[in-house]
Amino acid sequence: MQTVQFAAKFEFLDEIRDFVGKIARESGFGDKDVYNIQLATDEAASNIIEHAYENRSDGVLELSCGVQDDTLKIILTDRGDPFDPSEIPLPDLKADLSDRKIGGLGIFLMRKLMDEVHYESNAGKSNTLTMIKRRR
Amino acid sequence: MEITVQEFKHCDMIKVKGRVDSATAPQLAHALEAANDGGKYKLVVDMSGLEYMSSAGFRALLGAQRNSRRYNRGEVVLASVPNRIREALELAGFTELFKTFDDPLSAVGHF
Repeated sequence: MQTVQFAAKFEFLDEIRDFVGKIARESGFGDKDVYNIQLATDEAASNIIEHAYENRSDGVLELSCGVQDDTLKIILTDRGDPFDPSEIPLPDLKADLSDRKIGGLGIFLMRKLMDEVHYESNAGKSNTLTMIKRRR
Repeated sequence: MEITVQEFKHCDMIKVKGRVDSATAPQLAHALEAANDGGKYKLVVDMSGLEYMSSAGFRALLGAQRNSRRYNRGEVVLASVPNRIREALELAGFTELFKTFDDPLSAVGHF
């Protein structure tokens, strides 16, 4: 597992995507999987920055990524407010234009693009989001 | 991310290059709003130079589509959507909300 820490700011999303993209590519994931892994990680990190830290300027986002036996694992840890993606209602993808909800889309994409998404909150100390993608 | 706007007789074309994420999506939203504020509601978003777009970008497009279609005064259409981005838009159910064209010129011709 490789680990890096980022200030919880949107301007680091580029580096966050590059970090997981490089590991995924070097481990033999194809272009489509690499793009989707980057997208899921971006959506997860964006949610943490926006909701767990509510754009607070001193937040830290720890990102770990590694591959073992064809399984890529990404762990995002923050010390912000608990934010459980599974509690966010899924968007209605059939709703017409005027009824489309803006929220929940990133979480929906994370779940669709990755094989597994788990969330754990440690009594207000830290929150951990784990995402898994298997190479096929 | 880089945005350029080109005016045509019947529509405006907004060309987006690079990567659209939570950091850059506000710029895209701003460009689309500026067009609407200027009375332009028939908009082509040329995505041929786009490398990446997260849901933050989808939201900017959704807001512009809502505003543009109001009172039947226009719509936002998408042109040259790269495969990876189209797949994500499909997954999010967005392809039903936007007409898409293979190239910018046929999109302009739509208006």
